[in-house]
Formats: sequence, C-alpha cells, structure tokens
Amino acid sequence: MVKLAEWRGKELFRTYGIPLPTGQVARSPAEAEATVTSGRVPLPCVVKAQVLAGGRGKGGAVRFATTAAEARAAAEAILALEFKGEKVREVLLEGKVAIARELYVSLTLDRSARLPVLITSARGGVEIEAVDDAEIDRQWVDPFPGLTAYARRHAAKVLGLAGPTARALDDLLAKLWTIFQAEDAELVEINPLAVVGDGLVALDAKVIIEDDAAFRHPQYAAIQDDRTPLEEIAREKEIAFVQLDGNIGVIANGAGLTMATLDVLKEFGGSPGVFLDLGGTDDPKKVTEAFLLMAQAHPKAVFLNIFGGVTRCDTVAKGLVEAMGQVPASERFPLVARIRGNNEALGIEILRAAGIASVPDLKASAQAVVAAAEGRP
Amino acid sequence: MSVLVDGGTRVVVQGITGHQGTVHTRGMKEFGTNVVAGVTPGKAGGQVEGVPVYDSVREAVRAGGANASAIFVPAPFAKDALLEAVDAGIRLCVVVTEHIPFHDMLVMYHYARAHGARIIGPNCPGIAAPGKAKVGIIPNVVFRPGRIGVISRSGTLTYEIVNGIKEMGLGQSTCIGLGGDPVVGTSFVDALPLFEADPETDVLVLVGEIGGTAEEDAAEYIHGHFSKPVVAYIAGRSAPPGKRMGHAGAIISRGRGTAETKLAALQKAGARVARFPYEIPGLVAELAAQHAHR
Repeated sequence: MVKLAEWRGKELFRTYGIPLPTGQVARSPAEAEATVTSGRVPLPCVVKAQVLAGGRGKGGAVRFATTAAEARAAAEAILALEFKGEKVREVLLEGKVAIARELYVSLTLDRSARLPVLITSARGGVEIEAVDDAEIDRQWVDPFPGLTAYARRHAAKVLGLAGPTARALDDLLAKLWTIFQAEDAELVEINPLAVVGDGLVALDAKVIIEDDAAFRHPQYAAIQDDRTPLEEIAREKEIAFVQLDGNIGVIANGAGLTMATLDVLKEFGGSPGVFLDLGGTDDPKKVTEAFLLMAQAHPKAVFLNIFGGVTRCDTVAKGLVEAMGQVPASERFPLVARIRGNNEALGIEILRAAGIASVPDLKASAQAVVAAAEGRP
Repeated sequence: MSVLVDGGTRVVVQGITGHQGTVHTRGMKEFGTNVVAGVTPGKAGGQVEGVPVYDSVREAVRAGGANASAIFVPAPFAKDALLEAVDAGIRLCVVVTEHIPFHDMLVMYHYARAHGARIIGPNCPGIAAPGKAKVGIIPNVVFRPGRIGVISRSGTLTYEIVNGIKEMGLGQSTCIGLGGDPVVGTSFVDALPLFEADPETDVLVLVGEIGGTAEEDAAEYIHGHFSKPVVAYIAGRSAPPGKRMGHAGAIISRGRGTAETKLAALQKAGARVARFPYEIPGLVAELAAQHAHR
C-alpha cells in the first residue's frame, strides 16, 4: 500500500475540489519563511511535520506562528526532528482557520461485509479508536448505486449539520466517494473535518492507495515514503520482503507458510530477522535474486522452507545452488533447507549434489536453523 | 457427493494460452477433471493440452457445456473475465489470478451474487475433490480420497497441511483454498454449510491467518450451526503488529483480528486448536477415529 503524506493527500483532495486551508509545502526553513512573506500562506499559520505516523500534535511536530520569522523557526525545529523513527523532510504551512466544530469522516473497506463503509462521528479531532462506539456511525455502501443521496443526508443529520453546512457535507461526501473509487483507495480519512462558518474545511488528509491497482495509477509508483532500501529493491523484483529485528532469515513461498514458519521458529527460541516470500515462481533467477537480497541483510542463518505447487522444488534448488556460488565467502551464512511438494525428489537431489541437505520435518528443520543461528552445531 | 465440484463438473479455463493457464490445464486433466474448453480472446481454433480454445466463454459453454470456470487471466483483465463467465451462465468461478484490486473484486463479488453465481478466490489455489475434479492449482501429489474436509485462507500452507493429512494415512473429501485477499468470493462462513451438508466429510480442518475477522465469524457460525468436529490452525501468531489499514480499519475490527482473538473464539466454539501445522494431522486422526466409533 502507498500511504500518502498529508500534503500529498491534500493535493489529491484539491484536484477533486475538497475545501482545504490555504497552504504550501516547504523543505527548508528559508522556503517556509518565503511561503509567508510571499503571501501564499496567510498569518497566523500552523506548521506541520509531514510524517506518516500519528500523534503529531503531542509530539512537538505541529507548531504555530504569527510572524514569518516564527514560521521559519518552527520549520527549522520540526525539520530537525526524527518523529517516531521517521526523518522529517517536509513541513506543511497552512493559514489558521476559525474552527467551530471538529468532525470525523472516512471511507474504507469492511472485509467481513465485503462492502465499503462510510464512517462518521461528531467527535473529530481525536484518534477515532478512542471514540466510544455509540458516537460512531457506519453506513455500508453498495458499489453499484455508490454513495447515495439519502446516505449523505443521514450523515449530515448524525453530524448535527443543517442548511448550507449540510449541503457542503453532501458535496464533500460525494467527492470523497469519487476519490475512494477513482484512485483505488483503501482509506480516505478526514480528521478533523472542521466546521468553519457555514462551510467545511479538511484540516487533515489520510489517504492509502492500494498497491494492486498500480497498473491504473503509475503516478503513485515513485512514492516510497515508508520502505527501507532493501524493501524497495525487493518490491521492484516482486518479492515480498520485510525486515524485522531478529537474526534468522526466512525464505518461504506464500504468506501463510511464511507466517507459520515464523511461528515455529519463535517456538524454538529463534528470532526471525528478515522474511522473504517468494510467492509462486518457476523462474530459478528469481530464487537466486531472493537469496542474494537475503545475503545483503546479513542474517546469522537462513531457513529455506518451500512447499512446491506452482513453484517447483527443482527450480528452487537450481536457483539456490546458483546463488550460493555467487555469495562471497565473507558473507556466507549457515543454511537449512526444507523443500517439499512438486518435484521434491528432483530438488533434493540437486541440493545434495551441491552439498546441501534437505530436512523434511518442519519441527526438526526449525530446530536446526535456530541452533545454527546461535552458533551451535 | 462432495462440495461444489464432482464428476459432473465441466471446466472452462479462461486464459488457457498463458503459461499458468496451460500448466494448470495439464494438472487439472491429470487429476481427472473434465476440462472441456479454454478461452483466450483472439485465439479461437487452437488447442491447448488437447482442449479446444474459443474466443468467448459463451462459445465455450455452447460448444463444450462448461459449468465451471478457472480464471487465470492477468489482474487488469480479471474483472471482465469474471463478468463474462457470469453472463455466460457459469455459476462456479475459481479466480486464481492474484493482485486484483479490491475495488474490482467488490464489483465482481456483488455482480456474481446478484446473478446467483459463486466465486472462489481471488488469489486462491481453488477447489479439489480427490477422485472427482479439481478447479485450480493445488498440486495433485498432496491428495488422496478420504473423509477430511479442508478450508483455508492460505495457498502453500494448505498444500503442506493437506499433504500432512495424507502422510497420516488419511484422505480428503473436498479441499477449498479461499484465497487471502481482503475481499473473497467465498468465506469460511459461506463454505461451512456446504461441508455440514456433505455426507462424505467427517472432520473439517480450518486454516486461518491473522488479519480481518473471517475466523471469528467462522467461530460464531460453528458454535450454532456446525455439528462436525473441527481442527483449527491460525498462521501468524508471532507476526509483528502493524500492516493494517490505518485507523478506520482498526475500528471495524475492534478487539478482533489477532491470532489470540481468533484462537480463543474457535476454541470456545468447540474447535480443537493446533498451535503448529505439524500438530494438525494428529488431531485430525484422533477426531476421525472418534467419529468412526460413534
């Protein structure tokens, strides 16, 4: 998934006509000052760190300024922050608005209902998890009629809006639904949605775009705000790769088998550090690339656990033997292999010829790799 | 009788001329499935693995009497392929294709439902009843006819588990891989009544994963409506938190969706819980033996 930073989300909102505060992004204190002196951002203004983590207000990542010099100082302080592990690269400066009330609206997917759901609450401006269930309204949306006019009227009533403000909400929700579908969003969330005079203003924007729809939205491909460099390389090679804190590398195929493998390793005292899901492949080159990628993460030991279906055991064995030949001696790691399923006998034979044993039992193989990571025989 | 497929299943393979389509057409035929037609627009007149290829599903149905579809077409075209199958009268569609945007799947699911058609998948290994028919990609080697039903959200983990059941000396009645996508055509709750009604299934194995609340929903259903013994396993107990759909996703699943909540719910519903995949065959054998004594 691609999580859009607030400013990117707001740029998207702007193209669909969702009302926003007057604002501008800056990447340095001087740029921040210039947004104010040039009149592009009115005073007083708010300066917000553009990070993906929540809780910015409490963490010193949102500041206020009444002069251009203050805006510069605020930007300087925020740009020096590392917020919950994320380096702050941009700040968003926006003119302050006179907030009468703060509301919550979002559209997301309800997997169990197999329907999108419109979530609204009159208690905006706080984390929605903290709001009591009784104060949250949910309306499920059938994709065929889409978000109906009566559902939008219901939302206005729940939020206590009438007259021109209710009409503003009607327009905003119709646009939010368009964004949700047209941009293939997993989530579009406005929290808070401020009542300002008779109208509404989106003070924040949280948008998550679904990866699987990338073929329709090439513009999101370049956004890589929340991936490590190795994760980025893996993504390009269509290998699911996640880095954790432990020291055992796990290469498996399929999400379920990968997760089950982690469960078993933990049971025997192992600490998985990187896991890499080959998915379905019958290309030995992909297996080789996966191994070379794994080597770059410097694991203490690697566990290869494959159950062949689409992926054939002999393909994996060939790729593995090729990769082990390419890994420099200084970066070698102990390897425990377990390959089962399609063409199992052939795969095991290829590994054996290269001096690698395959341990057929899941429990025994997991215990072996934990021992290897601890330097035990 | 088995679940959803049997000796009368006549399969059309959509995307048959692609690499996966061709490979798995061979696999389905070797399993003993009656594969009657293939479809690839623009490739009519040819043959793949001895199966005639047509331009459209309608022609495949007319010429071959197809009543089930296996869809292998690439994700950008999968929605259209499914709609075409439903419009041609196919009522069982197994969507193997992965990476279909969920917005597309929402349209596919609700369209199929409105027309009385069932989707299995997407991003799934499909369905197989040993000795009868297979629609999908589960490797043939893991099967052996028997009386254990399997429903699973996983792919390869399902193969691993089905194989374990075989190595225990038992066999399977029907195995359905539901797929792990956010929106699936057939959920645990949709599949459970089919196994309850299947006289060939004595024990059911349910393989879940963390995320979503499909397992909790299944537990609720099992509690009131499912009389057969169940062995449940949930993958991902030790997976790190995160990887969820922001705040709005969290409030939908409030207090549900973790491995702990799923296992507790299933245990409360009377299921025997396996902590690791290798514990499943033993539990299944125990319950099957008890069933035989009744």
